[in-house]
Amino acid sequence: MTELQDLYQELILDHGRRPRNFRALNDATRSTEGYNPLCGDKVKIYVKMDGDVVRDISFEGTGCAISTASASIMTETLKGKTRAAAEELFQTFHDLVTGQKAKVDAPELGKLEVFSGVSEFPIRVKCATLSWHTLRAALNGQGDVVSTE
Amino acid sequence: MKSPGILASEQPTRRLSLDPETVRGDFPILKQTVYGKPLVYLDNAATSQKPQAVIDAMANYYSMDNSNIHRGVHLLSERATKAYEETREKVRRFINAAETKEIIFTRGTTEAINLVANSYGRANVKTGDEVLISAMEHHSNIVPWQILCDEKGARLRVAPINDDGELILEEFEKLVSEKTKLVSVVHVSNALGTINPIRAIVEIAHRHGARVLIDGAQAAPHVKLDVQELDCDFYAFSGHKVYGPTGIGVLYGKADLLDAMPPYQGGGDMIASVTFEKTTYNTLPYKFEAGTPNIAGTIGLGAAIDYVDQVGIERIARHEHELLEYGTQALSGIAGLRLIGTANDKAGVLSFVLDSVHPHDVGTILDREGIAIRTGHHCAMPLMARFGIPATARASLAFYNTRDEIDKLVEGIHKVKEVFG
Repeated sequence: MTELQDLYQELILDHGRRPRNFRALNDATRSTEGYNPLCGDKVKIYVKMDGDVVRDISFEGTGCAISTASASIMTETLKGKTRAAAEELFQTFHDLVTGQKAKVDAPELGKLEVFSGVSEFPIRVKCATLSWHTLRAALNGQGDVVSTE
Repeated sequence: MKSPGILASEQPTRRLSLDPETVRGDFPILKQTVYGKPLVYLDNAATSQKPQAVIDAMANYYSMDNSNIHRGVHLLSERATKAYEETREKVRRFINAAETKEIIFTRGTTEAINLVANSYGRANVKTGDEVLISAMEHHSNIVPWQILCDEKGARLRVAPINDDGELILEEFEKLVSEKTKLVSVVHVSNALGTINPIRAIVEIAHRHGARVLIDGAQAAPHVKLDVQELDCDFYAFSGHKVYGPTGIGVLYGKADLLDAMPPYQGGGDMIASVTFEKTTYNTLPYKFEAGTPNIAGTIGLGAAIDYVDQVGIERIARHEHELLEYGTQALSGIAGLRLIGTANDKAGVLSFVLDSVHPHDVGTILDREGIAIRTGHHCAMPLMARFGIPATARASLAFYNTRDEIDKLVEGIHKVKEVFG
């Protein structure tokens, strides 16, 4: 498989085209906007917390296939997870897309594993992590807008 | 409208034509392959490549003449000062300014605009006054004016553009009044390629007593410049977009205006005498050049201007225009592709969006084909908002680009469509 095919795997293209949980969440307990000033990509993450558990999560925004698919698969993955688990998963995901961890190392990534190809495209790491940085800010109750810079 | 290129090609004068294969030999960087494919560099609006002559001039300065200027009694300083000041005269000729002292060296277009905003702007823009820009400005021609207007309680007005990306001159004219102290517009849009009717803009502004600054960052490499004919009050451009090095740029200003303006930065070289009680400022152009300047960059810029003169700006413009027409045709034939910026009068920019593929993804796939383009908002977010898009993919042309490279771009776009099914 070429690096390009590795980056644009079918699952990523599918979520890029038809993002899941792509809507505002009216009863969200937290929401934060994330922004990549380099390319203008924007994402807004909505979270409905139930104690320490992510009861519901959704997003809106505009971005490339990588950032849209990343946000989409992130929301699918995190529903029902605790804050601590989400934080841990972000760390593992970050290691994966920056090439610090081979995909075989982390079965807990599940579908997120399709982003392993990003590590060959360092410029695109920010696309893959924008929604995660934004989520972290939402969970930590930091500000209303975060930036990748 | 018929392009000057087509008209010129009907004439028998061979010297007007330009062979890109020959000039490509002057640019060492273009000889490389990336990902095993020949580099197709179509990101010239971001920065142009440098001919060997520019690289040599800078290396030669550091190898032979390096020293500080305007103060040494020794031979090296004399040579460095001479080369530095000769560039000022080259720039004067390049833009046809009336006097050499009207040429101020800056870090680039951005600093030149900030110089005018901070010096002329702070001295002349008052509460209730207005500064007028256009909807197609680069952030560097928006933010300095926002800062100034915020500080002064002045108002920033924005002249609208039409769907082709052309300034609507009638609307522009309606926005100019006695309140307008400054008009600052781009000569050639970096994101759209639109060439603005500067002469008409200046005429309207002057009729109402407003001064005019032209952002010429994209114009200098593509358009024959004559600041006296344009009659603009200030003109700014960058060395690195006109085949020179980064970190050097030019502010042209009419001498009487520059003379009346307070200094922008204080330091060495910009003074005539200093005591702790009072400082007398140096004369033009040194009043605006505090501190040791970018000497090597300035000398590199001089070599770049020599190089452009040698190739001929008219030949450059003609070749690029032919390529633009070829590229416009070729890209227009791709299903699902929409060109952003379709002005009648346009320089070598092909900005586009593809149905359901984000520009970033276009850029990544083209990159692996060896094709370098820019994707994103091109530092013109309000302009992107005007077109209702977050970003575009932009191929921007230089005289060393070829039809073959445009063909490769088209093939690359088909590849993008393949990947995204």
